[in-house]
Amino acid sequence: MANKPVASSLGLLALGALPFVLSDYRVFQLTMVMISSIALLGLNLLTGYGGQISLGHGAFYGIGAYTTAILVHELQVPYGLTIPCAGIACALLGFLFGWPALRLEGIYLALATFALGVVLPQILKYRGIEGWTGGVQGITLTKPEAPFGLPLSADHWLYYLCLAIALLSFVVARNLVRGPTGRAIVAIRDHRIAASSAGIDTAMYTSITFGISAMYAGIAGSLGALTVQFVGPDSFSIYFSIGLLVGIVVGGVATISGAIYGALFIQFVPNIADDVSKAAPWAIYGIVLIACAHVMPSGVAGWLERLSAPRKVLESTRAERMTLTQEEP
Amino acid sequence: MNERSLAVWTFAAASLLALGCKKGEAGAEKKASALSEPEIKIGQTMPYSGPASVYGTIGKLEAAYFKKINTTKGGVGGRKINLISVDDGYSPPKAVEQARKLVEQDQVLLLFQPLGTPSNVAIQDYLNTKKVPQLFAATGATRLGDPEHHPWTMGFNPSYQLEGSMVAKQITTKQPGAKIAVLYQNDDYGKDYLKGLKTGLADNAKMIVAEATYEVSDPTVDSQIATLKASGADTFVNIATPKFAAQAIRKAYDIGWKPTQYLNNISASVGTVLTPAGLDKSVGLVTVAYYKDPVDKQWDDDPAMKEWRTFMKEYYPEGSLTDNINVYAYIVAQTMVQVLTQCGPDLSRENIMKQAANLDFAPDLLLPGIKLKTSPTDFFPVEQLRFVRFDGKDWVLFGDVLSVN
Repeated sequence: MANKPVASSLGLLALGALPFVLSDYRVFQLTMVMISSIALLGLNLLTGYGGQISLGHGAFYGIGAYTTAILVHELQVPYGLTIPCAGIACALLGFLFGWPALRLEGIYLALATFALGVVLPQILKYRGIEGWTGGVQGITLTKPEAPFGLPLSADHWLYYLCLAIALLSFVVARNLVRGPTGRAIVAIRDHRIAASSAGIDTAMYTSITFGISAMYAGIAGSLGALTVQFVGPDSFSIYFSIGLLVGIVVGGVATISGAIYGALFIQFVPNIADDVSKAAPWAIYGIVLIACAHVMPSGVAGWLERLSAPRKVLESTRAERMTLTQEEP
Repeated sequence: MNERSLAVWTFAAASLLALGCKKGEAGAEKKASALSEPEIKIGQTMPYSGPASVYGTIGKLEAAYFKKINTTKGGVGGRKINLISVDDGYSPPKAVEQARKLVEQDQVLLLFQPLGTPSNVAIQDYLNTKKVPQLFAATGATRLGDPEHHPWTMGFNPSYQLEGSMVAKQITTKQPGAKIAVLYQNDDYGKDYLKGLKTGLADNAKMIVAEATYEVSDPTVDSQIATLKASGADTFVNIATPKFAAQAIRKAYDIGWKPTQYLNNISASVGTVLTPAGLDKSVGLVTVAYYKDPVDKQWDDDPAMKEWRTFMKEYYPEGSLTDNINVYAYIVAQTMVQVLTQCGPDLSRENIMKQAANLDFAPDLLLPGIKLKTSPTDFFPVEQLRFVRFDGKDWVLFGDVLSVN
């Protein structure tokens, strides 16, 4: 454990130095990876830890993106302020959506969220709000420049901004799942009745989880809009929501680090598939996905863990699971 | 997973990425002088996957056409054309990522025919800031032909507004006193077209007695057609994408409504619209066209059409011989070669835009009398159209070539 801080600071240093050795295009891709990892982190809180499947997180991502785009484009709000706005808006919407959806569990909640994912692109095209959303044409944004005269290009500045927010998100998520709230969330997943008889307000906790999870997606969406400089209804199709779900499964369900691997997967595998075959990119994607599921049934995070600590792993996860379900506040 | 291994793996991944990319970048560096290379490298984003993947054939045909030019003529001016066509899944963020890859990593000279309005709009500002030509974008959106604000962007398709105003002119001259009913898709495309129609009607705007809209998600347009019929209109302007256009034609016939019907060009395909609607129900339809339809019998012995068929068999055998998109893509690929030929030895991005804005070119698959023309203040290559009427088998040309001015 002694080399933990060393390794952490080395990792940070490497991440900090990356933009100086990479092309702007690579920096852009890594920025997108960090943004996706924030969204995946949120989805993993809900699905991995909370056991509730959401097929509509792309919609929360989209709402976050549009919140930022509309605030910046229509109301000239400084972009920095719009990031928390997007997060708060999505947290509220997520909470409110989670509240009635509580009566729907498992597959039924999945369907309700699926509806959300399908509906959003059409709502964005709706005539009544077209003045705000730009309709089918979407909204084009200008890229934020580095503040305080920092000698950074716009791409580099966005990279560091997203890196900082991603790190913060990871720390918050880790502390959340290790704390009493996390234990309550996991307990509800594992045994709802037991959890409620142990005094956990299951309804409240599930709604809160949904809210937090949507907040992560909203923040990611907000950063995504700033980085891509464009939002349009077609950016947030149901495919995108399903892609996020694929991301957490590939990365590792109910792991914090899995979000990074999942984000790398959704960022790079479609490009590889496209390189291999123009005729059937999705077939290649599917094959890679099946291969992942076979080789790494517990996701990349689980697989890496097995590699780095072959003996300890089973015991520790089992022990962790026991404490999570037994020790209740 | 504990933080130690998380940190270790992050570090390892980051350094690997850095090493891997560094190598890639060094390679790109070497190619930085791409402009003087013996190869003409052009890029393209295309929806090979996703909801619009049916248009992927455009990219495939264009790659096949450049291959033909490279094999038979040794490329353009002794330089082979290398088209790097990548998938954007019809997703704007993906299109931005891919456009950046093409420009920054592959160092392409220009982007040729990126497809789709949202994708093109998403990459427009980026390409204009970088001063990389965005040539012949495959969409009819008006904002892609605006040299004043986006001097590096040029669309290809005739704008919907233009088509709408031509239809309006035709109606006012041929049927003064017509009562017009309009069906349109409730989005930018439909509204753009309707705007053109109203501009063209000008003082006669009250000729429009009924308007009905549909959403792409609607199952049918049956009730809209019934409403339009009830308005007592004698002229019907059908601004719909293929599925809905076919439904509208069929429904109007079935309920006994017999107006003069104007169909928009994007749904003018005999194979994908009129056949499903019923060829007998489509007799008398009027539309505008600018290139030859491959299933139209009148072009069977046309030398250009024969050459196209030979090309299809030899270089793109998996492509459909009845799909008019494949004729469209062939024309645009020819236009690209024309621009490169006009450039001569000076393949700078400035000169490419200059030549693209100086076109006076008639690919022989265009309808007789029609030309592609551009100027530094006019970024719409197709501004001439001809009216055609369906006789139950073929589109029959009538009247003269009509142009905007």
